[in-house]
Amino acid sequence: MGKNSKSRLPEVLKKFEKELLADWVKEQLNAITVRRDLIKEPELRQQSADFFALLREATQSGNLNDITAPEWASMREMLGGISRSRAVQGFTSSETAIFVLSLKQPLFMRLRDEIGRDPETLTDEFWTANTLLDKLGLSTMEAYQKSREEIIARQKIELLELSTPVVKLWDGILALPLIGTLDSSRTQIVMESLLQRIVETGSSVAVIDITGVPAVDTLVAQHLLKTVAAARLMGADCIISGIRPQIAQTIVHLGVTLGDVVTKATLADAFIVALQRLGLAVKKNT
Amino acid sequence: MERIPILKMGHFLLVTIQVDMYDRLALTLQDDLTNQILKTGARGVLIDISSLEVVDSFIGRMLGNMANMSRLLDAETVVVGMKPTVAITLVELGVSLKGVRTALNVEKGMELLQESLRSKAGEKGNERQEG
Repeated sequence: MGKNSKSRLPEVLKKFEKELLADWVKEQLNAITVRRDLIKEPELRQQSADFFALLREATQSGNLNDITAPEWASMREMLGGISRSRAVQGFTSSETAIFVLSLKQPLFMRLRDEIGRDPETLTDEFWTANTLLDKLGLSTMEAYQKSREEIIARQKIELLELSTPVVKLWDGILALPLIGTLDSSRTQIVMESLLQRIVETGSSVAVIDITGVPAVDTLVAQHLLKTVAAARLMGADCIISGIRPQIAQTIVHLGVTLGDVVTKATLADAFIVALQRLGLAVKKNT
Repeated sequence: MERIPILKMGHFLLVTIQVDMYDRLALTLQDDLTNQILKTGARGVLIDISSLEVVDSFIGRMLGNMANMSRLLDAETVVVGMKPTVAITLVELGVSLKGVRTALNVEKGMELLQESLRSKAGEKGNERQEG
């Protein structure tokens, strides 16, 4: 409707900058009185001033529609920054969005004051301002969600790393107690930690205990064999222990071959084999 | 032309690969190695790949070939110093390096070779006794 080039929004923003900013901050403070614990007033004022300045700058371009365009880049960046920091501070996504949306009330009032006598133009300007602020508000929600997802993804990685410890049983013997399912991403981490420890400790035997692995299917077996092969390339032999009767049956029924890997029912048995490999034996003091 | 140095250490030969392998270099190395085994009468070969950050299927195959050639000349081969990332890559690539013994470092590799030579001598001794 040609409203972009003729919109009076930039002009209104400029003319009433001080008043709009003041009213807006007041709105926010009224809305977030319960969250004064999370953000201090000076910081809020600063964020609002920054937002307003960027809003004025971007609307000068005349593009009030497409916020993915380059003239809105700094605004998007700033909003992204605020969303992320607020997510970390503990705000909910709506609380973060209200930061933007609470500008509507003061802005609409000013628009009405300025353009009140021309209802058609006023409606157009309301609509333009409304959709613009909605888009900006939604973009903060998206940024917020993205940063939460990043946190979850990072925690997932940390969890994976925590749950694959490699422990030293003896000089030259490592144990790898696996707990939980073994998928391809986990296998990658298991392989890396095991090989890293083999290098660090100069071990030549690794006992992989699968007592804590609930189910072993062809895929899991493949992952185990890959780990064994990789360790072998580094000069360490692997023994798989913790084969439960159930697992033994499943493996045979599925026709899975574990190759020439030595398997033992318990970690204790595997430990004895490992000691033998190193030419050691346990003697009882009589 | 580049040549990969082959050092003599007692009864063994030590080959340290520090540069990227390309076809001609690999062929030259195989040539040099087999010649040296003959000349020195070496019974074991240690191939040190601890400088290699990346090992592809070509190098994998080449290592396997060198091990087989050496075995024909009655020398055992041990590949040492494989980096964890390299081991994982080789496994993912499905390069099995069958018939190639491996050890963590040169020291362990030498122990392995010496042990295998001892057991070989033991076997030969038994054969002679029986025969």
